[in-house]
Amino acid sequence: MTDNRKVIVQLENLSTHYGEVIALEDINLTVYEREILVIMGHSGSGKSTLFRNILGLMMPSSGSVKILGQDLTRLSKKELYALRKNIGVAFQNGALFSSMSVRENVELPLHQHTALDDTTIQIMTRMKLAMMNLADHEDLMPAQLSGGMLKRAGLARAVIMDPKLLFFDEPSAGLDPVTSVELDKLILQLRDAMNMTIIIITHELESAFHVADRITILDRGKQIITGTRDEIRACQDSRVTNMLNRLPGEKQMDGEAYLRQLTK
Amino acid sequence: MLQNTLIYPLIDTIRSIGRSGLFLLTGLWKIITPPYKLFPIVKQLHFIGARSLLVIVISGIFVGMVVALQFYDTLLRFGSVALLGSAVGLSLIRELGPVLTALIIIGRAGSAICAEISIMRNEHQIDALECMAIDPFKYLIAPRLLAAMIAMPLLTTVFVSVGIFGGYFVGVILFEVSPGSYLGGMYDSVLWRDILMGGIKSFAFGFIMIWVATSKGFYLHLARGGHHGSEGVSRVTTDAVVLASISVLFADYILSAIIL
Repeated sequence: MTDNRKVIVQLENLSTHYGEVIALEDINLTVYEREILVIMGHSGSGKSTLFRNILGLMMPSSGSVKILGQDLTRLSKKELYALRKNIGVAFQNGALFSSMSVRENVELPLHQHTALDDTTIQIMTRMKLAMMNLADHEDLMPAQLSGGMLKRAGLARAVIMDPKLLFFDEPSAGLDPVTSVELDKLILQLRDAMNMTIIIITHELESAFHVADRITILDRGKQIITGTRDEIRACQDSRVTNMLNRLPGEKQMDGEAYLRQLTK
Repeated sequence: MLQNTLIYPLIDTIRSIGRSGLFLLTGLWKIITPPYKLFPIVKQLHFIGARSLLVIVISGIFVGMVVALQFYDTLLRFGSVALLGSAVGLSLIRELGPVLTALIIIGRAGSAICAEISIMRNEHQIDALECMAIDPFKYLIAPRLLAAMIAMPLLTTVFVSVGIFGGYFVGVILFEVSPGSYLGGMYDSVLWRDILMGGIKSFAFGFIMIWVATSKGFYLHLARGGHHGSEGVSRVTTDAVVLASISVLFADYILSAIIL
């Protein structure tokens, strides 16, 4: 990793308080172009607050959030919306509109932000749905989709405008291992085929170690470490080792051996 | 102790009122600022207006019938049955039409709109709109505000019209009041001022209904107690129906006092 790569996201001394409760404290993070950064942490570690801060859904108490060179904390609503057209967000459960079909959900940003005709929008939508392996499901309603399909439909909507930066909240949560691996492959394809920078929030170790270029681990609002998979594995901080060894269903296995197996 | 029981709830209530005021101003601003899209407004007009038509017609007929029945019995004691048309017309146009239409629409459309928006909040669909650079006020709130303000006076007109015919059925057909005195009396006694009062009230009630329903749903996550999930949705929906109903009755008194 060299520092001459283009910086896409830069957090400087970011802190967020809820009243007297400190949700995030002094977070410093840089994400480079075409990088996949995974933010990990236990429940209550501040992942969701960080996610909302980076997206501008919630302003930090102090510090700055620079996305594509623009400081979110200083932007007007109009400027923020203009910036968000370059950002795709896939929510944990898809966040699809239940009154619209899959196709209508996916093409919504194109209808709202472009002057493209309906035929072009349909072609673009079908391409993205095909990429997500949902070509045969475009007329279904969100209630008719499985958990994995909901996530893929949400992902199709997130990338419909070909964003430079993609956020993915808990891609593997609630999925069976096979679907989870398929989704991980899809994330890698998006980075490679569409040159996207991707930030993923998850607490699934297997998925994180599969897709991440670098991993950030949060604990109780503090950034413990940011580094490559090897750097994370080598970290001796007890909070990191505890997290790496606290694998549901894998407690009987040796943590290091399991990680080596995962990252072969 | 005092803080928990009095001061914090009071601060919370003041904050909530301020938030709702800003919500309304933002919603109204988004109605008048471009881009203008007709389809979302038509869709909401269909939901609030067209799909409420049957319940309004049925309710209007029975309300008109019962009003005529009650007035006939009372007027008979004073030998003033000829005033039946005036009594039915004035009470429906000035009071019962706007109020009962509003209460029915709060129950049918207001509750559904509040539940829909709160579920959207709960399932991060509103966050998703924000992230897609789609203004939720422009996309979700403004069409509903405008549609309700258009639909409510129209529904009230339907309610009053069928109510008058319900009263006609009871007064003229069942109790053999002269049709000329029923309709003629109504024509003579109902002034433009009465119709204007009914119109102003129905517009105001539509405004109150949709304001309460949308703002309660939109701010589900900031509601006192902070409960999300199905419990939170059911609670804000109930709150919205109760608050909107009470607000309509309160506004009815205030408007009557001002206009009369």
